[in-house]
Amino acid sequence: MSPLVSIRGVSKRYTRGKQTVEVLRKLDLDIASGDFLALMGPSGSGKTTLLNLIGGLDQPSDGEIRVNDKRIDQLSSNALAKWRARHVGFIFQFYNLLPVLSAEANVELPLLLTDLSKAQRKKAVAAALAVVGLSERATHKPNELSGGQQQRVAIARALVADPTLLVCDEPTGDLDRKTADEVLTLLQDLNRNYGKTIIMVTHDAKAAEFATHRLHMDKGALAGEAP
Amino acid sequence: MKFMTQTLQLILINLKSVPSRWGATLVIVVGLAGVVGVVTALQSMSAGMVATLRSTGSPNRAIVLKGGSNSELSSFITRDQAVVIEQAEGVAKGEDGRALASGELILIAERPLRRSKTDSNVSMRGVGAAGFAMRPEVKIVDGRPFKPGLQEIVVGVKALEQFVGLEVGSTVQIRGSQWAVVGTFSSNGDAHESEVWVDIGTAQSAFRRNGYSSMLVQLQEPTAFDAFKDSLTADPRLQVDVLNEIEYFSAQSRSFTRIIGVLVTVVGIIMGLGAVFAALNTMYSAVAARTVEIATLRALGFGGSVVILATIAEAMTLALLGGAIGGLGAYAFFNGYTVSTLGAGFTQVAFSFRVTPGLLITGMVLSLFVGFLGGFFPALRAARMQIAVALRAA
Repeated sequence: MSPLVSIRGVSKRYTRGKQTVEVLRKLDLDIASGDFLALMGPSGSGKTTLLNLIGGLDQPSDGEIRVNDKRIDQLSSNALAKWRARHVGFIFQFYNLLPVLSAEANVELPLLLTDLSKAQRKKAVAAALAVVGLSERATHKPNELSGGQQQRVAIARALVADPTLLVCDEPTGDLDRKTADEVLTLLQDLNRNYGKTIIMVTHDAKAAEFATHRLHMDKGALAGEAP
Repeated sequence: MKFMTQTLQLILINLKSVPSRWGATLVIVVGLAGVVGVVTALQSMSAGMVATLRSTGSPNRAIVLKGGSNSELSSFITRDQAVVIEQAEGVAKGEDGRALASGELILIAERPLRRSKTDSNVSMRGVGAAGFAMRPEVKIVDGRPFKPGLQEIVVGVKALEQFVGLEVGSTVQIRGSQWAVVGTFSSNGDAHESEVWVDIGTAQSAFRRNGYSSMLVQLQEPTAFDAFKDSLTADPRLQVDVLNEIEYFSAQSRSFTRIIGVLVTVVGIIMGLGAVFAALNTMYSAVAARTVEIATLRALGFGGSVVILATIAEAMTLALLGGAIGGLGAYAFFNGYTVSTLGAGFTQVAFSFRVTPGLLITGMVLSLFVGFLGGFFPALRAARMQIAVALRAA
């Protein structure tokens, strides 16, 4: 059975002035469907860059990336945007909710890119908010919610369009331990009970314990399975 | 349809965020309000002047001036020439069988303006009975008409508003002689309302003039104009210019509208450029303040073109709001506001500013154009930002 995400010989270089910095070096990686992978490593090890490449937010300098057997490293900017809308749910460290919108309006955003009717969107939003346990807070704006609640709204937004992948960049980096554990338990539940494939970047070893696999990165390469 | 829905949703999101950055937003709104207010006010002045002068006259009437004269003030028609003109082809006859023609004399009198208390020129028109008969729009609204042979005057309603001491019952000194104000007349808001009228014979006698400035004739019908004109221009005894009365008064406003046009263009360009830069500044700030929001939306799958359209639409909406405020402000403060200015004959012509629907629409179009320019480049920046980099701005 082919992996959900297949990365072969991927490099990523940035040019800063006259200097070229290689952030990822000929990296190979397979991620199976239904996996909950934690990418760990020190700052500058390339884990967020790798996550951005998998999520279609950036393009590799070399190599190929396949998700569900579709090469995404050669897609145009517009095609990549459409692909992200259909296949990827993003969860960010600082939640990235739109402050002027209510929780339900934030969750509805990815559905505006689909053909769903207003009624269908409303139903899907209610379901997503129910999954994260925030049905009661649907009409609240982000500044009326705690950090943990905001991240739950962000998770609902990531889930609502039923994406192939959930991509999480330090999802608990802005939360206290207790709240972080609640959010991680929720992600674990999504992985175990809803079959969601999750790729999570984290500095936090405790957070990584919620994942099914842990990979350590260093200097732009995979340094092996983390304990 | 999906594209439109996305764009509309993003525009709504952008507009909802406006209250959180009112300071920056006010720059674009106030800037456009100023531009549109000033440009509309200037144009309404021009429109008012043009409307006043163009409403003067009738297609049934023709005016005859000395050849090469630009206005009645610089024209002179002798009594002999007046007789020839009266007998020309196409001139209508009255019930008494006499030609409907009015030799008229234009003089300048100085009177203090109410507003500034400084002396300014008022047109004094010598007219006969035919002059009244040919202008049914002229109505005495207060007092009575002047009596031929007496030093009496009737005053146009706008001249009464503009100048001191022209009330019915008062006596004014004009060019060294005393004249009694016996009446006030209206004339459908046209340029004659800025004049003082006097009996032609009395004026000629008092001011030692042995002829006329112009001849106004009633045509048998508007189509008789060409025949009338041809008969005069072909007559070797005359060297005259023959104009339709409406055409004559329209021509009087040309230099004024040209000057206003230049003024509007210069002021509009300078202020418009200022407003474009204000809009650019506002929208660049808006895009910078929402870098993460825009990047998040792009990450979720919203396309670059949607972001461009929504940013431009936001700028245009704010500009339109400013334009509406400016246009309504110009309407509230200037529409109907009466002023006077020097006309072609160096005499005061009173007119009212006219903030027309056309001018308001022009103001809105100008606002949208400035908003478009102000939103376009920030929109491009928003759409071109690298999502992965922009997300790190959090």
